[in-house]
Amino acid sequence: MSFDHALQTFIVESRELLEEMESALLGVDPAQVEPDTVNAIFRAAHTIKGSAGLFGLDHIVAFTHVVEGVLDAVRNGTVKLDANLIALLLSCRDHIEALMNAVAAGQVDEDPAMAEQGAPLLNLLQAYFSAPKPSAGTQMVTGAEDVQSVERIESGSASGDNWHISLRFGSDVLRNGMDPMSFLRYLGTLGTIVDILTLHGAIPATEEIDPEACYLGFEIAFKSSANKAAIESVFEFVRDDCRIRIVAPHSHISEYIRLIQESPDGHARLGEILVNAGTITANELASALQSQSNETPSQPLGAILIAQGAALPPVVEAALAKQNQVREAKNSESRSIRVDAEKLDYLINLVGELIITTASANLIARRAKNTALQDCTSTLSALVEDVRDSALQLRMVKIGATFNRFQRVVHDVSRELGKDIGLATSGEDTELDKTVVEKITDPLTHLVRNAMDHGIEPLDVRTARGKPAKGTIRLNAYHDSGTIVIEVGDDGGGLKRDKILAKGIERGLVEPGRHLSDDEIHNLIFEPGFSTAEQVTNLSGRGVGMDVVKRNITALRGSVGVRSVEGAGTTVTVRLPLTLAIINGFLVEVGKSMYVVPVDMIEECVEFSTESGHDYANLRGQVLPFIRLRALFDVEGEPTRRQNIVVVKHAGQRIGLVVDTLLGEFQTVIKPLNKMFNQVKCISGSTILGSGHVALILDVPALAQQTSEAAPTP
Amino acid sequence: MTSEKNSASEAACRLRMENEMTIYHAVELKQTLLAALEKPHSLEIDLSAVTEIDSAGIQLLISAKESAKLQRKDMHLVGHSAAVIEAFELLKLVGYFGDPLIIPSPLQSGTGRFSSN
Repeated sequence: MSFDHALQTFIVESRELLEEMESALLGVDPAQVEPDTVNAIFRAAHTIKGSAGLFGLDHIVAFTHVVEGVLDAVRNGTVKLDANLIALLLSCRDHIEALMNAVAAGQVDEDPAMAEQGAPLLNLLQAYFSAPKPSAGTQMVTGAEDVQSVERIESGSASGDNWHISLRFGSDVLRNGMDPMSFLRYLGTLGTIVDILTLHGAIPATEEIDPEACYLGFEIAFKSSANKAAIESVFEFVRDDCRIRIVAPHSHISEYIRLIQESPDGHARLGEILVNAGTITANELASALQSQSNETPSQPLGAILIAQGAALPPVVEAALAKQNQVREAKNSESRSIRVDAEKLDYLINLVGELIITTASANLIARRAKNTALQDCTSTLSALVEDVRDSALQLRMVKIGATFNRFQRVVHDVSRELGKDIGLATSGEDTELDKTVVEKITDPLTHLVRNAMDHGIEPLDVRTARGKPAKGTIRLNAYHDSGTIVIEVGDDGGGLKRDKILAKGIERGLVEPGRHLSDDEIHNLIFEPGFSTAEQVTNLSGRGVGMDVVKRNITALRGSVGVRSVEGAGTTVTVRLPLTLAIINGFLVEVGKSMYVVPVDMIEECVEFSTESGHDYANLRGQVLPFIRLRALFDVEGEPTRRQNIVVVKHAGQRIGLVVDTLLGEFQTVIKPLNKMFNQVKCISGSTILGSGHVALILDVPALAQQTSEAAPTP
Repeated sequence: MTSEKNSASEAACRLRMENEMTIYHAVELKQTLLAALEKPHSLEIDLSAVTEIDSAGIQLLISAKESAKLQRKDMHLVGHSAAVIEAFELLKLVGYFGDPLIIPSPLQSGTGRFSSN
């Protein structure tokens, strides 16, 4: 309703347009420019300019205008959309976004610092105007005409080539924060308003008027070299709220007659305005009116619209389709609401407490041996579980949006490096916790840049190896046993095993002569202090090594690994827990201590049987390395007679955990460990049981690593 | 927003509009105009202190004009401020209201007078 509200809408919509513009720009193939794409880019710039004009944001209008001019030249084929221009337009897009952000932050007027940033871009854009191409000259004149704009000629020359625009504003226009007058002012920038008739017949007497409703309508004679779409787009923001009819210059006389017929008020004045403005001649009008009165026209509005010209039906359809699209978009928008992340966190916390309390209620019910109470609490537990799931679901977002951001990163970096690299994404629909998404973006960016910088070989090497000239970065995501897996792959040169090993030995990370598997060698790149090896040397001055990536991911209870085939490419695999708050746990007991293993990671539980002295068991003919938790955590007391093995799986590796007793599934609310216990290995957190006891949550990835380190080398 | 003077001698109700005649004040404006219209006098509205006018303000002026006509009363607009003139020119309403416009001059008011229509 207020101006601020409308401004907010404008900012949100502009951001969406800028995003569209970005993806359209990134989708352009300079070798074969699709007119649709160019139109999409042009429309985005044009709409932003138009709307900015409505809000009096002149500096945005001025800047966007130049961008639009170049895009118009591209559309007309006088300027070629090559890679340089795309990059320039992307920078311009960023600048518009920066301007928009300034507006969002309350800076409505131009900031000199911003203008300074924009100036070099404008200069570059101007270069396209002055490009010495014969046909560009005429094109640019149209552009220049737009600028001088607002000048109005009182009595238009009777040249007969006026547009006629018939406008009826809906009653909510004013309430929505739009002022019809500002549309007219903006229309004035596209050409000359030769004459205008303000229709006031619909305005009720002062007694009955709703002062906040709009009753106005206008008949406008308009002189402009702009095309119909451009004129229509002036009213883009009120299209749903208003009836617009635009009649092109030199239209058939019957159209004007119809216009007059449809006009509820001011027949005579409308005829007058058409004649006065020179849109039609008085004779034409008189004869047409006469012939009209002989017939009895009672066509429905739709038929009138269609009868306007053979070209119109598709136009009408297109307009309707577009309207529907906008409406659908609005509908889906209204189905979702924005919630403060803090409120959501609070809810999740409460659900956590609820789970703990339910567990203790369960326990008490069982102790009291009250069957009715036990029934009740078990129903309660099921409900709480559902609440937990849907509460966590609230925070789940698709990773696609994050992946899309990398289109831009890949585009920019590939230009920076002078390599031709494309991005292929898959698994965009994979969902993960919002907090995880936010924290994963930086490490992913680093991995992508790294893959582009060091992974993809220079063009000559690629052609020599018989690879396609265009390198590919792959981003993939999928769910795997309670974790989300994100892969960053490239089809580049791969890691050079021998060089890494040599560097590892030189750095003292590997004992000389020790036999290491390929994976172990590749994973050396994640070691701190390894960043000077040839493979990972010039990290483009970002000063961050793979060890930082690893540390960031480990902080999220995730893990990172690398697979590489020399000459064929490298894939870095990041595994992250789906959520950071609550998990389904499996409770086990060792002595008097209790531990929780995430259920999603458990494959099966088997009875413990082994030849004494070995740290591995025979699981259906396969070797299963295991860890005795009693020994690992130094638990006192003798093992029970019948021990069990919990078989867990992580990153394709199976290990067994030897425990005393299996206690069953348990809703686990993860409480982070105090900083004091940061150094404790193999424990990722704690939880409180219904009985009030504390159980520790086992860090399966860390345990898996332990076994592989301690694995006997045969 | 408005001040009202009722000089009985001229049998005209004078209304002085101030600051913004926009959607934000539309409800108050309506009340003021309505109150003035209820008086049995013709109406003179001074627009010299109007800093901003939008479509809502214009609409109300038109509505008041039409209502006055119905009641067979005169309504005149005087002292159009620059903002009002700009709006009237944009919408070509000068002729509709039929009141002489005085283009304000920094030196003395009253020069550059023209009436349209």
